[in-house]
Amino acid sequence: MRRATVLSSRRAAVLVSLTLGLLVIAFASLMLGSNHLSPATVISGLLDPSQDVGNVVQGSRIPRTALGLLVGVCLGIAGAVMQGQTRNPLADPGIFGVSAGASLAVVISIYVFDTSSVITTLWLALAGATVASVVVFAVAALGNGLSSPVPLAIAGTAVSALLVALTSYLVLSDETTLAAYRIWVVGSLSGRTLTGIGAALVFAAAGLIFATANIRSLNNLALGTELAHGLGENLLRARIVGLAAITLLTAAGVALVGPIGFVGLTAPHIARSLVGGNHYWLLPTSGVIGAGVLLACDVIGRLIGGTAEVPVGVVLTVVGGIVFIVIVRRGRMATL
Amino acid sequence: MSARTSVEKQAEPIEGSRFFGRLWRGRVVVVTALCVVVVLALSVLGILAGSSSLSFSDVVVTLLGGGTSGQELIVFDLRLPRVVGGVAVGAALGLAGALTQTFARNPLATPDILGVTSGAALGAVAAIVLAGGSYSVAAGLLSLGLPAVAAIGALLTAAVVYGLAWRGGVDSYRLILIGIGATAALGGITSYLIARAQITEAAAAAQWLVGSLSGISWASVWPVLVVLLVVTPIAVLQSSSLDISQLGDDLSTGLGVAVQRHRVVVIMCAVLLTAAAVSASGPIEFVAFVAPQIARRMARTGRPPLLASALMGAVIVVGGDALVRGVLPGEVPVGIITAIIGAPYLIWLLTRRKERESYA
Repeated sequence: MRRATVLSSRRAAVLVSLTLGLLVIAFASLMLGSNHLSPATVISGLLDPSQDVGNVVQGSRIPRTALGLLVGVCLGIAGAVMQGQTRNPLADPGIFGVSAGASLAVVISIYVFDTSSVITTLWLALAGATVASVVVFAVAALGNGLSSPVPLAIAGTAVSALLVALTSYLVLSDETTLAAYRIWVVGSLSGRTLTGIGAALVFAAAGLIFATANIRSLNNLALGTELAHGLGENLLRARIVGLAAITLLTAAGVALVGPIGFVGLTAPHIARSLVGGNHYWLLPTSGVIGAGVLLACDVIGRLIGGTAEVPVGVVLTVVGGIVFIVIVRRGRMATL
Repeated sequence: MSARTSVEKQAEPIEGSRFFGRLWRGRVVVVTALCVVVVLALSVLGILAGSSSLSFSDVVVTLLGGGTSGQELIVFDLRLPRVVGGVAVGAALGLAGALTQTFARNPLATPDILGVTSGAALGAVAAIVLAGGSYSVAAGLLSLGLPAVAAIGALLTAAVVYGLAWRGGVDSYRLILIGIGATAALGGITSYLIARAQITEAAAAAQWLVGSLSGISWASVWPVLVVLLVVTPIAVLQSSSLDISQLGDDLSTGLGVAVQRHRVVVIMCAVLLTAAAVSASGPIEFVAFVAPQIARRMARTGRPPLLASALMGAVIVVGGDALVRGVLPGEVPVGIITAIIGAPYLIWLLTRRKERESYA
């Protein structure tokens, strides 16, 4: 009992310090960019939007930082739920076809309806993400089961390849679609606006509610499906709630900033090494870390690119690719 | 009794292949011959099909050297390179797939999944996109030509993936997972290059990325043919070692196979073939995966038969290209057709796989 108290106060301390760290990164994200600002100017810009500085801070840095925070939290938690549901250490919405599904839906919306409004994109991204994730999960579950990394990863690759082929067909037959798609498909926080963030917030909130409702099931599932069943877990319901959480959170993120891979992969692994496998702690910690990783990579992208900044999706591809390889090489993949 | 029968069943092909390789066993010979006939038929069809109609006799006369200059242009410079290119690219991909699937003892280990194709894609897109700018590296790259840059990308990626998967030996599952990670990472960089390019270059890159035979010329067909002619005999010579290596590393070493050297030779062959094929036509996806599996099922062998897989690859690519030219409206790249057919096949195969490390 006493040990449990010590443990949870340690976890609380970790979570609080991570949150403080996130605040520091968020403030850095307000300061740094093509036009560096001192902390004092940022604060005066925050307080008084009428100045030029206020324009920079309020007009571009705040939306960008807010988007990064929201999307990072969504993707971090989505990754934690996905890894918990599948007990698969490589689970990530980007690798498992969800982003490809959303991309195809978005291309269809540009191609057929000639629109790139955030609301339409959001709904279509949600539809595409849902279809793709259901197919990938079904394929893997019919084969070797969800917990073995390879079938799930291959199912994701196969479904992605199919969706990408269809996407390329549409993109190749229409240059306007290509023009819009190629910008969208590189996940980036710059040039995105806050219009539609309201709708995305609704999606994200719904996803968070599902994720929270799924925590107890995730902890039971961690013991294995048989044991979870023996503990009175309704497996089908647990799967559906989890899938709803993953899809809603991913769709919200993808619709706002485009497909960003590897956050959902990286954040839960870091979180697990800090607070352990209990999902009561793992989910919020993954969210905070996801936001921190996303914002930090965005700031790095702003700084290394010179005049033309490197989109956060590309920075994350490199950082996340390394994390992925480290996880694979560590080699204890069957157990999570 | 039943256990003994199954042991004998497994042992039998090795017995037969000790001197000549699996190649010469009856059913394999029939399947191989059948593939040759189909490839030839599809090639004739490929030369006949197209927007300007030539009759069969016109084509034969032109091929024998008696056509008008217009007919010669169409047959020798437009249709023949496309058909020969299709056969060569398909054969290279099919053989590369058969080699990697056999070496990894896993049907999922194809050049697409191992990241070789995405490395070639990144190289080619970099050549297309950066060549327009004033980047000095790009100018150097472009002087090598797009196929060369794609080939370099493929070789580098293969080396990196193989190196990262190495931990006192290469486990096929680790190799596949590292390949998937590399594919995702390289894909991200490729889309970034496309996003910052001029729109015309972006369109060219997107066109290249789906894999098509429409722009192929003799200049890009020759390298594939040369690589095929050099690599195929080497690969066939590895045949009996490939059979033995199916029994696992320990047993193979005991039976006198130099396992690591054999493996490096096989991988080098597969990578060279893939690099040559992809740099000529762009990534025509899933051929390397599907062709060996179909050939293996038709020939009913324990592992994909090498020559039949190569010919099956040629059938798929030339047939797919004839389909897009003759039947479908507009010019759909053949790579889209192979992906639309191949991906569902892979998915179907996954839903049936229960055994780890065994062929479907």
